[in-house]
Amino acid sequence: MTYREIILGRIREALKVVAPPPIFRNGAAGPSRLPAAPPLWLPSAGGTLGEQIELFRRNAEELKAGFFECANLSEAIQHVKELAVAGGWKKIGRHSGELTDALAQELGLPEVRTDGGYAVDDLESCDAGLTECEALVAQTGSVLVSAPSAGGRALSVLPPHHVVLARGSQMVPDLTAALQRVQKKFQDKFPSFLSFISGPSRTGDIERILVLGAHGPKKLTILLLP
Amino acid sequence: MNAGAKEFNEAARRNTADLRQRDRIQKALAGYYLKREDYQNRFPDWAGARDLAAEIKREAINHLDRYLDEFASRLEARGTKVFWAPDGQAARDYIVGVARQHKVRSIIKSKSMTAEEIHLNDALEQAGFEVVESDLGEFIVQLRREPPYHIVFPAMHLTRQQISDLFHDRLGSEPTNNPEDLTMIARRIMRRKYCEADLGISGANFAIAETGMISITENEGNARLTTSLPKIHVALVGIEKVLPKLSDLALFLPMLATAGAGQPITCYNTLYGGPRQPGESDGPEEFHVVLLDNRRTELLADAEQRDALHCIRCGACLNVCPVFKNIGGHSYGTTYQGPIGSVITPHLRGLQDWKHLSQASSLCGACSQTCPVKIDLHHHLLHNRRYAVRLRPAPVENCLQAGLAFVMCRPRLYALAARLARIAQPLSRLVEGTVLDPLRAWTKTRSLPPMAVKSFHQLWQERKKS
Repeated sequence: MTYREIILGRIREALKVVAPPPIFRNGAAGPSRLPAAPPLWLPSAGGTLGEQIELFRRNAEELKAGFFECANLSEAIQHVKELAVAGGWKKIGRHSGELTDALAQELGLPEVRTDGGYAVDDLESCDAGLTECEALVAQTGSVLVSAPSAGGRALSVLPPHHVVLARGSQMVPDLTAALQRVQKKFQDKFPSFLSFISGPSRTGDIERILVLGAHGPKKLTILLLP
Repeated sequence: MNAGAKEFNEAARRNTADLRQRDRIQKALAGYYLKREDYQNRFPDWAGARDLAAEIKREAINHLDRYLDEFASRLEARGTKVFWAPDGQAARDYIVGVARQHKVRSIIKSKSMTAEEIHLNDALEQAGFEVVESDLGEFIVQLRREPPYHIVFPAMHLTRQQISDLFHDRLGSEPTNNPEDLTMIARRIMRRKYCEADLGISGANFAIAETGMISITENEGNARLTTSLPKIHVALVGIEKVLPKLSDLALFLPMLATAGAGQPITCYNTLYGGPRQPGESDGPEEFHVVLLDNRRTELLADAEQRDALHCIRCGACLNVCPVFKNIGGHSYGTTYQGPIGSVITPHLRGLQDWKHLSQASSLCGACSQTCPVKIDLHHHLLHNRRYAVRLRPAPVENCLQAGLAFVMCRPRLYALAARLARIAQPLSRLVEGTVLDPLRAWTKTRSLPPMAVKSFHQLWQERKKS
């Protein structure tokens, strides 16, 4: 017998006795399974795109992430140039993508591209990581990234400043919608990595005092294009 | 009283007397209470959310065989090696084996209470491997060579001064009173470790059956780095972590953050579904998932307490527990502290050795009320007391109870006993709590209020006469 069979056997044996129903509950009828919409038990998400953007902005601010709406690509480029000057960037990490390509060309800084592999020390010495994303979640102010949309796993967490470029069409109201979106997009061919990023890296392990930039980025900037 | 109970009582007494430590715990938790309330109130229906979370975990745990099988099959289909570990020994042997086979030089690890449970670090160190804890709190307690104080806040019992001294002694850093500076010292050290390590070990918060993924919740980014850079990733996962569907996370991620840390959402919630896939730019070449039983199936077999396996390890029950707040996390001597630890440890490590934890409760029910997945914690503590007595009856207590029942069922005898007690009580005050008192174990910390001069029965009779 394999260990798999042993453990599954133990489980089946244990489950022969049926558990009593939960003894305390509000109301007689139990809750049903997750309905599609609207998820009333979760913090509410905005209805229109404008409302969602406003909600995202409030949540991102609370999470201490920078969020900027840009009217067009040149405005986004201008913004990143300002960040580069302010942060004294000497080298950036990025992946190939429609938005990242256009932006990096204008930025004109030495760069490390993660596409198809890279040297870890090279990426570690970058001042910023430039990525795209799968979705922005209004409900929580989170950025959903995946291996293909964000240049792998490390680009969005290793450099000290993470800059995300997103399109308005990527805004979703809540976590349920974000998960549905990737499920629909990838079907059975999921990437090996997906992550909801909610603000810059943080810790409260010393006297519960908030410190940003524990191991990951100290800064997170999200630029929303139309 | 067994050795474990004696040790627990001594530690509890010692730590309760440490007023400064208690003060630190209170201070650390004060902020949590405010924030938790704030974010909980943003849920339009927190009670409904708890109902639903409990229902989803109930579904998962009561069909665990099906969901685990699905979880493992889907992971394997995409190149993950799944190892089923019946006990801690098998899990340790497997992970040490992976490290040996790849001749790894250094190991980086992110926070995992399951790894604490099976003492994985000790096993790896004995086999000659260096393991570095990357979570800041865990790194601090690792340097102090002590176990985590709390399942979510491992170093909550320490002041910045103590941490500064520790870093100065062990790492040679300049003393500083600034939490940010202290965090940056750890950050600099850890950066090198991530880049050099060839094996990353993590736990998991959830195991998604539908898509074959593990989900890891963290704030620091250390788990993400641990699972991105080394060429091998091993995740140790308790079999109870299963959730049926990917969409279940839409509920569990915000709930875990709110209940566990008073946050609306944790900084990183990451899903891993395999090793580096074709076309991806990084990630480990090998991904191992170790599914750990370690007597969880015994808890599963106890239908009455099966819901203890719903636990998502948020730590909320510790934060509200009056016993935890006074005796602190290290008094328990267990991997899992507080009410949930007191419930499951007797199952995972033996009832007779750990039954004393069932008494470490005021049965106030704050734990059950706060639990986001509605585990009936304080009733389970009562059940464990009952089991313990059934397995090993206490003759003295039994005689006392039988005697009391005998007297109370006989009104005349009861009246006589009450009259005698009225006479005896003032006399007993002379020895109460001293070594001469036969009931000293009870009376040294407790005092019976004086009995009324007349019983209710007497008063009633007098009233009827007048």
